[in-house]
Amino acid sequence: MKQLMLGNEAVARGLYEAGCSFVSSYPGTPSTEITECAAKYNEIYAEWAPNEKVAMEAAFGAAFAGKRSFCGMKHVGLNVAADPLFTISYTGVNAGMVIGVADDPGMHSSQNEQDSRHYARAAKLPMLEPSNSAEALEFAKKAYEISETFDAPVLLKMCTRVAHSQSIVETSDRVEKEQVEYVKNPSKYIMMPGFAKKRHPVVEERTKKLADFAAGSDLNRIEKGKDIKLGIITAGTCYQYVKEVCGDDVSILKLGMVWPLSEKLIKEFASSVEKVIVVEELDGFIEGFCNAIGIETEGKNLFSDIDELSQNKVAKGLGIEYNGGEAVDAIIPNRPPVMCAGCPHRGLYYVLSKLKLNVIGDIGCYTLGAVAPLNAVDSVICMGASISGVHGFNKAHDGKTDGKTVAVIGDSTFMHSGMTGLVNISYNNSNSTVIILDNSITGMTGHQHNPTTGYNLKGDPAAKVDLEALCKAIGINSVRVVDPYDIAMCENVIKEELAKNEPSVIISRRPCALLKYVKHSSPIKVDADKCKSCKMCMKIGCPAISIVNGKAVIDATLCTGCGVCTQLCKFGAMQEGTK
Amino acid sequence: MNNTKNVMIVGVGGQGSLLASKLLGRLLLTKGYDVKVSEVHGMSQRGGSVVTYVRFGDQVYSPVIDEGEADFIVSFELLEAARWTKFLKKDGKIITNTQQMNPMPVVTGAAEYPSDLVNKMKANGFDVDAINALELAEKAGSSKAVNLVLMGRLSKYFDFTEEEWMNAIEASVPPKFLEMNKKAFEYGANA
Repeated sequence: MKQLMLGNEAVARGLYEAGCSFVSSYPGTPSTEITECAAKYNEIYAEWAPNEKVAMEAAFGAAFAGKRSFCGMKHVGLNVAADPLFTISYTGVNAGMVIGVADDPGMHSSQNEQDSRHYARAAKLPMLEPSNSAEALEFAKKAYEISETFDAPVLLKMCTRVAHSQSIVETSDRVEKEQVEYVKNPSKYIMMPGFAKKRHPVVEERTKKLADFAAGSDLNRIEKGKDIKLGIITAGTCYQYVKEVCGDDVSILKLGMVWPLSEKLIKEFASSVEKVIVVEELDGFIEGFCNAIGIETEGKNLFSDIDELSQNKVAKGLGIEYNGGEAVDAIIPNRPPVMCAGCPHRGLYYVLSKLKLNVIGDIGCYTLGAVAPLNAVDSVICMGASISGVHGFNKAHDGKTDGKTVAVIGDSTFMHSGMTGLVNISYNNSNSTVIILDNSITGMTGHQHNPTTGYNLKGDPAAKVDLEALCKAIGINSVRVVDPYDIAMCENVIKEELAKNEPSVIISRRPCALLKYVKHSSPIKVDADKCKSCKMCMKIGCPAISIVNGKAVIDATLCTGCGVCTQLCKFGAMQEGTK
Repeated sequence: MNNTKNVMIVGVGGQGSLLASKLLGRLLLTKGYDVKVSEVHGMSQRGGSVVTYVRFGDQVYSPVIDEGEADFIVSFELLEAARWTKFLKKDGKIITNTQQMNPMPVVTGAAEYPSDLVNKMKANGFDVDAINALELAEKAGSSKAVNLVLMGRLSKYFDFTEEEWMNAIEASVPPKFLEMNKKAFEYGANA
């Protein structure tokens, strides 16, 4: 049956049809829906792991045991999982293993724009890159065949425009796979020097075989154009932009397998045309290979290595005319994302901002505490970097910043890679204060459960990590819990903990206001007569509050009645609503 | 070069534009078109400016709509309609809700919400169909039905039958809210 499917949903369908029965992932935009959709199939065991490294190792364990497995992550997640990646390349697999990695060119929801293809080359693993949902489904299935034929985990590279676009797919039935027998094989699976030295040549040989396979595989295809003067080499979503602009006018080498690349295929294509242009997003990965095998190309001189491409950008690079539009003659203010009305992070950030603390931040919704008017965050690097960073920051200041610096990290991010940083604080005698923003969910990626929520991916009850007990077990003696809706409490506790001559953890606990089970209070009402237009209530950046004709106004459709603004108003103009 | 039609659905994160694109995508699929719908998830959903691209025709390649390409811009909020004008084709049409939502730079006083945007757009030669979709949605029973009001408005410019639209609505909204959504659709179509 023909149906519209999100690229990520199509990958999940491909996993299902291929007989995959084990999925372990950590959520990350734009990869999250692969695992959420896979979890809807009863035939697939699916879980959220605390981080990508754990997910990849779990998926490897399942493939090692003889079942087809998958793990999915965003591009920066692959950095976290890079350690197992490079070595499972040596061991190979028992049953097929596919690793989904979703890049985010244009950084719609990411902290950098790294190009995952470099990992395929560096780890010497095959990588497939679909250009629409139909290919996402088909390539997921083919990835398992390649994985088992060549005894290698296979990378399936998505990007935002393929992962989050719906296009038409045709589904077929699941083909159940018998579990491959597990046989002990120390020299293949124990990667200590003596054994690993024997595996490395196998890996190099495998890459040569995969390149031969790439030359003949239907994953790569040449589309002869009307004009054979110009030949374009492209892959993924860029192929769609090229087709949009050029139609059937030019010859195209469309690569579905972006590593290893076939020297034979590329030379054959190049010799059939007069000029080769490589159209690819981000780095000149394919172009670099072409140049290394002696083929002259144009590519990165025409298309930027920054941001995503589009049909107009491709047309411009190729020197083809296109119609740009005209904007209305008006100054349009930006509309950046903001913390939601009722967000529990707001009250806590107000206090950090008021106390003028150095705030070493982390990855999640609470990164938005960095923007005006809160302006409460000093740095954001990667998952877990807040806790490790605050330690280094304070040590480097010889204790001078201990009392005015904190790390902030979410509950899911703390589970992901904050714990080890906290061990470092405890172990290395740091006098740092860490605030765990526990909103009882993984928020930014769209409400995924994590080890602190008490539920698993399928929504079934699960063991719940006790954050207070965990921090104490790590060696932090001072662990306090505050309610971020209570500004005075937050301020007092933060001051007390910063004043102590020992490391401390403050857990700011209140579930995300968007969670279905969270009951909102009645909207706050403004007594306009009492409002003195001091604009104190504007300091928290709540989207429900604005000033109209000098007076504060509450948007009752947005307000959740959290009451943070009522605590800021010295004149009692902000009043708790009644039903 | 090809006959692909382009509809951009724009608004503020959380306004329900994903349902509108789902409904439209479903309808276009049943009409036998090749369809692509492109969404943005993640950080921009938190009250930021959001855009969904719906493209259909004999064969659709790119999943996105570029500047100067949109046949229709359907906007859930007035400022957002103005923001994306550069994406409209020369003879394209803007269907917009007249509701205004202040973005944070306006809330904090760092920027101003431009006045009289509908007339400004018209004065610049844009074909604008502006309706108070929020009021119509509330009349139908819920402020959340703005998406169906706007789809109703869009339906006026398409050659599909009312039955085809109704079937797509039935397939896209929960049964509990079906009547209310159908009403919102009618209000939009007849406003």
